Amino acid sequence: MMDETQTRPEHAPEVPPGSRESLWLLVSGPTIWAAHFLLSYLAVSVWCAKVAGRAGPLGDIRIAIGVLTALALTGIALTGWGGWRRHRFGEATLPHDFDTPGDRHRFLGFSTFLLCGLSFVATVFVALSVVFIRSCE
Amino acid sequence: MTWREKDRWQRLFSTGAALSILLFSTGCERRQSALHPASVNAERIADLFWWMVGGGLIIWAVVMAIAFFATRAHPEAHGVRSARWLILGGGVAFPVVVLTGLLIYGLMLMPQLSSTADIDLEIDVAGEQWWWRVTYQTAAGEPVELANEIRLPVGQRALFRLTSPDVIHSFWIPPLGGKVDMIPGRTNTLVLEPTQTGTFRGACAEYCGSSHALMKFEVMVMEPDAFADWLNRQAQPAQPPQSESARQGQTAFLANGCGACHTVRGTEANGTLGPDLTHVGSRLSLGAGILPVDPEAFTRWIGHTGAIKPDVKMPSFGMLPEDQLPAMAQYLSELQ
Repeated sequence: MMDETQTRPEHAPEVPPGSRESLWLLVSGPTIWAAHFLLSYLAVSVWCAKVAGRAGPLGDIRIAIGVLTALALTGIALTGWGGWRRHRFGEATLPHDFDTPGDRHRFLGFSTFLLCGLSFVATVFVALSVVFIRSCE
Repeated sequence: MTWREKDRWQRLFSTGAALSILLFSTGCERRQSALHPASVNAERIADLFWWMVGGGLIIWAVVMAIAFFATRAHPEAHGVRSARWLILGGGVAFPVVVLTGLLIYGLMLMPQLSSTADIDLEIDVAGEQWWWRVTYQTAAGEPVELANEIRLPVGQRALFRLTSPDVIHSFWIPPLGGKVDMIPGRTNTLVLEPTQTGTFRGACAEYCGSSHALMKFEVMVMEPDAFADWLNRQAQPAQPPQSESARQGQTAFLANGCGACHTVRGTEANGTLGPDLTHVGSRLSLGAGILPVDPEAFTRWIGHTGAIKPDVKMPSFGMLPEDQLPAMAQYLSELQ
């Protein structure tokens, strides 16, 4: 059986025409997760401090966080999809650790995809707190 | 196995056994153990703890079995496909499912633990360096202040309002519930509903200065009738001293300015800087849970305060005439 991890660099296709490698896509997933966490935290803090009171209900702020969560998850999923497409580019399979433009392209894509998976789960975990906790208490 | 290896294994085994005994013996005292819950909330937290311990042991056993399988039972190279499924299943799907389950369980538990509905009793507790100011709100409207001791009626929900005038402390009665910080400028709440009568022990769980480790308190959970009698007695002013020695002690107590910091209701002493001493002789401990309550302990405490509790605000009164210390100790012991 041929070991699929032994892909030779000369067989690896080049980078897609017109593509420019950057790290922005890689950090997008965790950035969306961090922004969602920060905005949710701030929104609930302000709501409890200024609107509902220390023992008041979370009320409408839960809907706002629900909308924010849907937007964040969509953004993370789209970023993850972009990462997956880069990872699947060409014929090479894992691990993408040759020092070629093609493997760099695939490596960044795969890393983006994995980070988006982590960010997706973490964003859902943050949102779960307002599903089960319904008051500022 | 050579004798040298045998010796090494024996030493390793005996060290492990000694460490295990040491580790487990620290939790033997039930009255300060979170593993022996005595309230509704503590039981919920303990249940979660034991489920997590059980689950952790099962996961550990499975990981060890897989390690044994991969290194001893079948040490040859494994297929890429099976390895990938192991990573996806054991490294991604399984942790996500377990952590999601634990998170949901914890999130469902939190509103129950923090609910302030259906309260039977309200108690304000202020953590101060290094003692506890305890104030019971009563139905009659007049609050009852005491110190370093909390008594609760079994089966009733008590709301604690926790504050601090100086630094951050943390209020913790391990058998009755999780710890809650006491933060200057904030009022945190905690609800406890004891399920068993008995005497427990609380402590400050946040480092708060040189005598942090000496900031403890006694907690007694009583039958509701006995609790009502106790609170009623605590609301009364102090009894006049009964013995001649105690009368001399009261005179010395007032003459030496103790009343500037301490209150003894029914006397001229009305200071609020230190603990209320109106019924100090009836308490379960002295000096915030560090000494017994008897005339010898009072004598020692008044004469060597700073040596017993370093950096405490109360000065040592060891310079008083020899006959005054025992007389004051007798007076304070009689404040039942």
